[in-house]
Amino acid sequence: MKKHLLSFTFKYGALAFIGLVILFFSFQSEYFFTYGNLTDILRSISIVTFVAIGVTISLTVDGFDLSVGATVSLSTVVTATLMVWYEMPLVVVLIVPIVIGALVGILNALLIVKIRIPDLLATLAVMYIVNGIHKTYTKGYSIYNNMPLPDGTTAPGVMDKDFLWIGQGKLLGVPFPVILMLLAVVAAHVFFKYTRWGRQMIMTGGNEEAARLSGLKVKRVRTLAYIASGIFASIGGILFASRIGSGQIDAGAPMLMESVAAVFIGYSVFAAGRPNIIGTFFGAVLMGVLVNGLTMMNVQYYTTDIIKGSVLVLALAVTFIHLNRRKA
Amino acid sequence: MSKAKTVSELNMRSISKSFAGVPALKNVDFNLKGGEIHALLGANGAGKSTLMKILSGAYETDEGTIETGDGTYSFRSPADSKNAGIHCVYQEVDTSLVSHLSVSENIFLDQLANSMGNPWLKWGSLHDAAREVLKRIGLTISPQALIRDLTLSEKQLVLIARLLAEEAKFVILDEPTAPLSLDEADKLFGIMRGLKDAGIGVIFISHRLPEVFRICDRITVMRDGERVLTERKEDIDSAGVVRAMLGKSFDEEFPKLPATIGEPILTVRGLEAGRRVRGVNLDVRRGEILAIVGLVGAGKTELSRVLFGADTAERGTVSVDGKPVKLGSPSDAVRAGIALIPEERRKEGILVRESVLHNLSLPILKAISRFGFLSGKSEREFANGQISGLGIKTSSVAQIAAYLSGGNQQKVAIGKWLGTEAEVFLFDEPTKGVDVGAKGDIFRIIGNLAQKGKGILYLTCEFAEALGLADRILVMCDGIVVKSFSRGEATQEDLLYYASAGREELA
Repeated sequence: MKKHLLSFTFKYGALAFIGLVILFFSFQSEYFFTYGNLTDILRSISIVTFVAIGVTISLTVDGFDLSVGATVSLSTVVTATLMVWYEMPLVVVLIVPIVIGALVGILNALLIVKIRIPDLLATLAVMYIVNGIHKTYTKGYSIYNNMPLPDGTTAPGVMDKDFLWIGQGKLLGVPFPVILMLLAVVAAHVFFKYTRWGRQMIMTGGNEEAARLSGLKVKRVRTLAYIASGIFASIGGILFASRIGSGQIDAGAPMLMESVAAVFIGYSVFAAGRPNIIGTFFGAVLMGVLVNGLTMMNVQYYTTDIIKGSVLVLALAVTFIHLNRRKA
Repeated sequence: MSKAKTVSELNMRSISKSFAGVPALKNVDFNLKGGEIHALLGANGAGKSTLMKILSGAYETDEGTIETGDGTYSFRSPADSKNAGIHCVYQEVDTSLVSHLSVSENIFLDQLANSMGNPWLKWGSLHDAAREVLKRIGLTISPQALIRDLTLSEKQLVLIARLLAEEAKFVILDEPTAPLSLDEADKLFGIMRGLKDAGIGVIFISHRLPEVFRICDRITVMRDGERVLTERKEDIDSAGVVRAMLGKSFDEEFPKLPATIGEPILTVRGLEAGRRVRGVNLDVRRGEILAIVGLVGAGKTELSRVLFGADTAERGTVSVDGKPVKLGSPSDAVRAGIALIPEERRKEGILVRESVLHNLSLPILKAISRFGFLSGKSEREFANGQISGLGIKTSSVAQIAAYLSGGNQQKVAIGKWLGTEAEVFLFDEPTKGVDVGAKGDIFRIIGNLAQKGKGILYLTCEFAEALGLADRILVMCDGIVVKSFSRGEATQEDLLYYASAGREELA
């Protein structure tokens, strides 16, 4: 009976914890548990969730992508400059950053899969490079409507209205980024659960050599995983630009830690013990709920970091205690 | 050594242990005397490793006591049992050694790790002490050598040197001979006799009966968590032991199923890769089982990996069914109709953390999906078909492969290929670490494949298996095929002669 209870705790503990946190904040502030605030929370996590889906993919193939934050930054400023500096049509504004994200992924894959640099080191180096590129490209300035240019003139363009709607608009009363996020979560979940390519990624991450000796093209699988990671990060960047209505410099810097934390909290959801999309989503939700609720309680944003970090430690502790028990 | 010379005795009394309510050991008594070699036998899952883990302190016993000469113990940790003089050499030697440290440091690892000791290392005396211990087991390697540069058998001997240095009274050797060649095993037996003469009690776990009868004084057989017999080796024969292990007699050890032999399906010419595969020519016909025998290190595993595209060949051609194939990667080989069941089952043959279902469907993901979406129904149907067809004992298709016994894991590693178009099956030591009962099943599975007209290449260092199963036998030595025998032409002695003396034969 005791063992039963314990495994029940491992399985549903994370979800119960999220429930408790929500309950707690609901008692603290009557405004917390309202439709408006709950959709606010979902909207606030939509960008991080996209980045975290990318991180989940790279972790699934037993890799790691530290460059996602930098890719978000680059993609945000590229998106903004395409409109503000170059007045490009919406299609171009959406496609170019995604292509750039894919290119960053290809560079990562080249270093990790082909040259065989360990993933953490390779993506750390790429993170530096991409960060440098995004600052060099904007000369260190944030991008906004009709900004003054170094030659004394002002930029010709403004952020496109349709583009801003992606990040700020609502569809049937639901913020559009929330709809995008839910679609992406469902699609990624279906990808891993029901498609051949998703399964190939899971098996490659499980044991690369055994997967290779089963006839999988593991190098291709890993390459695609890094490309997907870059693309999801760049979509995060696009959403960011659209949400804020400008191209903020270093926008993605906090995204790396946030998304990685969401993924690792996700390990503990349903006692999965491995990267999984549903867990990642709930991890992001927990982070969003914490930030939102604590802000309402007038906790400073830097103090919330302490709490977010502690929650991550708790999730990791539960996960690894469980995994080690299972091994024994 | 003075401690070990007094006659000591180890008694485990009424040991019981359950995991999640399932009894793994039921009232087991076990007795080990100082100065004897005591074999512990049993099919996988019989409970011998659980019993040994209780003895070495890795598990706690639910009931029962352990007594040594100095008192009754309940071992709660490996350190407790080490204090009582009980040491274990596990099969995976690498997990017990630090590969980038020297032999000396590894021998005295526990002392060095002990925080009570002298904080300063005296390298000179450390190496001297190590040399002394190495001399006692007749191992002529430098104490300064790094572990990672040693062969597997040398690493094993370093572990034995370690337990000598720690003045062990009782020693558990868990399948030490499985990865060794005959020469290396002989050397190990010499050392075991030395331990015995020094008054140390040795528990010897092995799946190879001949060596058990050669080296051991007493034999204990376990089955289904119970001790079924303990006899002096003079009082029992190998048929009796097998009967005790299986609970029934095992008359047909090597069932050879009749198969019609047809056209060549695999043709290899002048294959070269590194120093371990040097100009190999061979043909496997449809329905034929071709065995390649050789000692460990003869190049069999390397040959199988090159044939499967896992390693690249420098020269030579491979054709399947008359068509030349380019072997750049395993996926090329699979497409050409070649399947490999690798020696390192748990690292390469299956994914131990994944379910039986996902393991079985891995090579056929494309075939069971439409537009990239997997058909859960076809996947389960295929898996259930293999589970019943091959007799895989698993609680469900969702069972994690790590929890299956070695034999059942091996059946999964074979079964996953049966949904592919594979025409050539490469088996690399398929019975390694597999218990007697499952061995028979695996031989039957291989025989059935041959009957279906598949070509079988069976690479093994178990000469008896090759003699029992194969239609033809090639002997490999130092990367070269040195001799070919037809069925019934060779004896174990012939095979051993060519496998070990092959080099002189050629020169």
